[in-house]
Amino acid sequence: MTGSRNQSKKGGLAPKILIGIAILYLALVLYIPAANVFVHAFDKGIGPFLSNLTKPDFLHAAWLTLLLALVSVPVNTVFGLCAAWALTRNNNFPGRAFILSIIDLPFSISPVVAGLMIVLLYGRNGWLGGWLNEHDIKIVFAFPAMVLATAFVSMPFVAREVIPVLEELGHDQEEAASTLGAKDWQIFWRVTLPNVRWGLLYGLLLTNARAMGEFGAVSVVSGNIAGKTQSLPLFVEDAYKQYQTEAAYSAAVILGLLALVTLVLKDILEKRTTIKEVE
Amino acid sequence: MLFIPIIAMFLKAVTVPPEQFWKIATSPIALSAYDVTFTTSFVTAIINGVFGTLIAWVLVRYEFPFKRIIDASVDIPFALPTAVAGLTLATVYSDTGWIGSLFAPLGIKISFTRIGVGVAMTLISLPFVVRTVQPVLQEMESEVEQAAWSLGASEFETFWRVILPPLFPAILTGVALGFARAVGEFGSTVIIASNTPFKDLIAPVLIFQRLEQYDYAGATVIGVVLLAISLVLLVAINLLQAWGRRYDRK
Repeated sequence: MTGSRNQSKKGGLAPKILIGIAILYLALVLYIPAANVFVHAFDKGIGPFLSNLTKPDFLHAAWLTLLLALVSVPVNTVFGLCAAWALTRNNNFPGRAFILSIIDLPFSISPVVAGLMIVLLYGRNGWLGGWLNEHDIKIVFAFPAMVLATAFVSMPFVAREVIPVLEELGHDQEEAASTLGAKDWQIFWRVTLPNVRWGLLYGLLLTNARAMGEFGAVSVVSGNIAGKTQSLPLFVEDAYKQYQTEAAYSAAVILGLLALVTLVLKDILEKRTTIKEVE
Repeated sequence: MLFIPIIAMFLKAVTVPPEQFWKIATSPIALSAYDVTFTTSFVTAIINGVFGTLIAWVLVRYEFPFKRIIDASVDIPFALPTAVAGLTLATVYSDTGWIGSLFAPLGIKISFTRIGVGVAMTLISLPFVVRTVQPVLQEMESEVEQAAWSLGASEFETFWRVILPPLFPAILTGVALGFARAVGEFGSTVIIASNTPFKDLIAPVLIFQRLEQYDYAGATVIGVVLLAISLVLLVAINLLQAWGRRYDRK
């Protein structure tokens, strides 16, 4: 950093060294491991890769992951929109500031602790366990708990992305619509929703990525039974632990592609919104 | 969805007698798990604080080929499922892996040790500092720096006295966010670690193992300890962000 003062900002050695360090660091931690997923999955050619993808346990895991996202994304969208609406349109909402900060809680709680809470609540010795047992409803170590865990960890995304947009938007357009005689749901569908659509889509995208990729919380509540309660990330870990590295990498490629698609869409959406990831 | 599970856990924890709670919370295996979790998370948070700031700086201030792709790629850890991250890191940093084999002759094992846990935590908490520092750096006026230069400050002085102070709240926020994420991380660390008690067993894995043994009280006690720490971190992050915004308005 202590290069000569005469150097112009763009030329000189210092920028090159700094760029070099940045890229080297990213390569060590990020690029080489990311590239390894693809290289490892295809190093025996495309044939074994494809045959891994047609095995029943893999197909079931992929299907389950899809189902988890199909349930938790809509649920969290409705919740996120309601929460955002309630928090930005009622300024005298009791405990508003408190709830605004508490909404991020699922991000700061360890996924394992989130899963543990669900087990304690719905498990056999849990609060609702007795009642559920009597009515023969199985939640923990079955699909319902996996949905609960997934929905829990991906809960804040939509609300987080929509709240700043709604706040910036203000009330003017909605009030105008209201004085022109629009009903509440008309205002919502025709004025509010179109205005927040990019923020909402951004939130949806992040919710989906998290829902499909969640490991910790789901692994605690699912029981991890191959072909039954195993989502794709659990399949990756299980296959690896059982020395079926190739199967693990084939599934990892699918999840890696999901991440890639998410990033590309995210980049496109970011150009349309001004929201930043972490704020 | 959010409050009832938390309350359920605290009530479960209350049913454990205080002496026993204390005994489980401070048992040697738990203490060593906290040590591995928090020391490693802290070290990785600091490393990411330094390199994250550097990456943000490079991305904002310099022009170079593939800059846009590199910028976008910083978010990979947010999008990549942690199980995939753990899987590939375990391979790359193993004794025979691309990077691990460079360290093996020096007698440094990375996968299945504490260092491996650190590498996994570094990867998953990488974006936080970059993404908190980047917007602040973008808004910073370069006139101030030029003024410092023209008044005869060296580049080092300019950086240390003019650039760093307003960035500091953002860096700290990013470090705290990364630390919180690393403390709770499970997916990638469970795969790259050998999960041996007193060696590289982290607190979330300990909870998981207690649950597998149907030791609900044990799992709950450690869970409450972790949850309490997450809550403290959440408050700290909120305060840091408020501090950062106050700096803005001046």
